[in-house]
Amino acid sequence: MKTEMICAGFGGQGVLTIGRFIAQAGMREGKHVSWLPSYGPEMRGGTANVSAVVSDQPIASPIVSTPDILVALNQPSIDKFGPQIRPGGVLVYDTGMCPKGCNRTDIQIISAPLTELAQEIGSNRVVNMIAIGMVIGRTNVIKYESMEEDLTSFLKDRDPDLLEKNLIAIKKGMELGKP
Amino acid sequence: MSKVLMKGNEAVAKAAINAGCRLYFAYPITPQSELIEYMAKMMPTVGGTFLQAESEVSAINMVYGAAGAGKRVMTTSSSPGISLKAEGMSYIAGAELPCVIINVQRGGPGLGDIQPSQGDYFQATKGGGHGDYHLIVLAPSSVQEFADMASEAFDLADKYRNPVMILADGMLGQMMEPVEFKPAVTEKEMEEMGHQHESWCIHPNQDGDLKHHHEINSLEIDPVVLEKHVNHLYEKYDKIAANETRHELYNINDDNEMVVVAFGTASRIVRSAVDELNAEGKNIGLFRPITVWPYPYEALAKCIGPKVKQVYVFELNTGQMVEDVKIAVNGKVPVHFWGRVGGMVFTPEQIKEKLQACY
Repeated sequence: MKTEMICAGFGGQGVLTIGRFIAQAGMREGKHVSWLPSYGPEMRGGTANVSAVVSDQPIASPIVSTPDILVALNQPSIDKFGPQIRPGGVLVYDTGMCPKGCNRTDIQIISAPLTELAQEIGSNRVVNMIAIGMVIGRTNVIKYESMEEDLTSFLKDRDPDLLEKNLIAIKKGMELGKP
Repeated sequence: MSKVLMKGNEAVAKAAINAGCRLYFAYPITPQSELIEYMAKMMPTVGGTFLQAESEVSAINMVYGAAGAGKRVMTTSSSPGISLKAEGMSYIAGAELPCVIINVQRGGPGLGDIQPSQGDYFQATKGGGHGDYHLIVLAPSSVQEFADMASEAFDLADKYRNPVMILADGMLGQMMEPVEFKPAVTEKEMEEMGHQHESWCIHPNQDGDLKHHHEINSLEIDPVVLEKHVNHLYEKYDKIAANETRHELYNINDDNEMVVVAFGTASRIVRSAVDELNAEGKNIGLFRPITVWPYPYEALAKCIGPKVKQVYVFELNTGQMVEDVKIAVNGKVPVHFWGRVGGMVFTPEQIKEKLQACY
């Protein structure tokens, strides 16, 4: 099975990190993964995006043009990549940042006020973890356990408080993502 | 050893250090800046030297000096910076010195842009600098292969006393994929490497014996001598072509109706399209040159089976490698070309359309 994904938002929102965590977790599960960022001037202030692929087979093209999953952290990202989502695919977006949303009816749309939820959990930094949780809740691209192992390996000693908040955020996202 | 998720730029830098590179001279340029950043951080930790030169011209001449001392040395850059190194590369090839040069290509000509391109194929394989010389040129298509090529490049450079270029592009430099590293060379291996060039390189003359006098030079005023030297270089290049040509075959068989040729990251995108069309019942083979100099002409010629009606070449340039493909195919069947330029990258869907239109 192959899952192709695009994560997009403003530079600095952490969309590249979302793709990176998913690729990292996929690798932990023994899958083939690739992570291809947009780079250059468009990252500063404009939109940043990353193509991530997780597959049982070796990955040919790392470029994703019809994603199975789109994670959008701002409206321009939905406007640009929303029409490309494969029919039946998944769109995850932040209602706080995407006022218009998406009017497609042939895809699964999961949305939530991510920034507010992150503040409730106690850190603005966990917005992307809620988004990852929403992806895990709806699809089987990666497992929660792989994310937990990965985060634990580098946050346990450095910042146990942030680790806990991250895990709470992923679980919150998984609830929201449940079909 | 377990796999780590790494950018191509960082992976090849780490692999070069593992291969015994302890001298690295470069000047920053996007999209290969992570490479120089990695070297700046890591070289001091292994007792090596990283020096940010004041320009690409000086970086390549520092490489010239270090290579003359028989050390494993590397420089890296992206397209416009490689042009600046061209004079030095010609000198190094003329003086027959081993070194590794990495080009993480971007859009050109001129300053161009910073997006991925394969526009430097001619420069890398047909010259770039002046005079009759060749670089050995390796073209990776994945982060793993990019990393593996670091040690291969140093070994080839040492074996033939010739500069070796790894011809990557911005996509491969910026992309992360899982990569597994070969074990780092040991102190003992490093010492042996240090001895292998003693018969010709510059090294301390401990006993004051003038028989140890070695000259590193690319100047030869006497045309009779220079002709002999160039002929000697070309005998060496013939040997390299005979022994070191590499390629990869993908779904090549006797029933192929079409053969597609692509190198580097472009071949990854093309492979997606070929997979989809073959799943629909077509029979398309993919030929990927791994060395683009020496070019695998014979291997490609053998892939043109009895049922092949045409060959299609895809590159991220206006059609450069297609000339080598035409030499290999030698008029047997028509050779088509399509490419994108300026840092624009084709998608698997576009390739599929092109192939469907003439299958």
